[in-house]
Amino acid sequence: MVGIVIVSHSAKIAEGIKELALQMAIGYEGLYTAGGLEDGSIGTDAVRIMEAIQNADQGDGVVVLADLGSGIISAETAIDMLEGAVKVQIADAPIVEGAIIAAVEASIGNPFEQVLSETEKTREFRKI
Amino acid sequence: MASRIYECIGKISEAINENKDFLTDLDREIGDADHGVNMARGFSAVMEAIPQDETDIGTVLKKTGMTLLSKVGGASGPLYGTAYMEAGKLAAGKSELNAEDFGAMLNAAIEGIQKRGKAVRGEKTMLDALIPAYEAYTAKVTEGADLISALEEACTKAKEGIEFTKTIRATKGRASYLGDRSIGHQDPGATSATLTLEAILDYLKG
Repeated sequence: MVGIVIVSHSAKIAEGIKELALQMAIGYEGLYTAGGLEDGSIGTDAVRIMEAIQNADQGDGVVVLADLGSGIISAETAIDMLEGAVKVQIADAPIVEGAIIAAVEASIGNPFEQVLSETEKTREFRKI
Repeated sequence: MASRIYECIGKISEAINENKDFLTDLDREIGDADHGVNMARGFSAVMEAIPQDETDIGTVLKKTGMTLLSKVGGASGPLYGTAYMEAGKLAAGKSELNAEDFGAMLNAAIEGIQKRGKAVRGEKTMLDALIPAYEAYTAKVTEGADLISALEEACTKAKEGIEFTKTIRATKGRASYLGDRSIGHQDPGATSATLTLEAILDYLKG
């Protein structure tokens, strides 16, 4: 089963997105968060992101959703530190909508490529 | 007894701490007002993480880099973290550096920042201080200068690089959201990069 990691500057945002996504993917256990710094302050931590990716990985790949700025650059650093040990990619998608779709796709056992492409389709979601 | 490399990193940490509010104020003007606070938090964690008596420069720089990319919190964490780790790779097993070693490490640090930040010179980033500094440094070393006098020239060029960042608009990072409004302000990253080089120079001059 594909794993998912939510990266945000804020632990509350990351946990909130997890809560929202699992409401639509009940019982899915592959979603991990890396929100904020270890001491609870706002920021992103490449080492915590790397550990979340390792925890989320069950051998079928991991899709990462990140917020802006250092969310992306820290996630890229985390992926580099794994040196190819995990099949992992950052989805170019909005973090909330992307996480919900990713969780649904992963929870029904779809493969990595499909989870990633469906997640990235949320870029086109119209709201009004 | 504290090793030379521990003391040198300590000098950088001091410089960042002394300029914490200044760096944060610069970042308030064109960013998210956290550069000084973030860098100071990162270096406090570095000073706790590196063993005082460790003389292997590669080991100390690797630990410094890993700690920065975990504890800084903003984009400068992965950027400086990568810089220290890339420089450290060239110093593995060494407890002393000559002028050529230092130049090669500075170059590796810059290449690491470029790769990590997907940035080039002229985008109002730390590269606008570091690249001219490196060019001046290598020119002096080629002429036969020693590490300290080459680094003095590098620091002069880095400061000119800070001034140059005032004249251009940002195209990378948070400041790029501001477009032309970023013109007139000096880049916080170019400033902290220059403070770093000056701290190393200060330490070497004793």
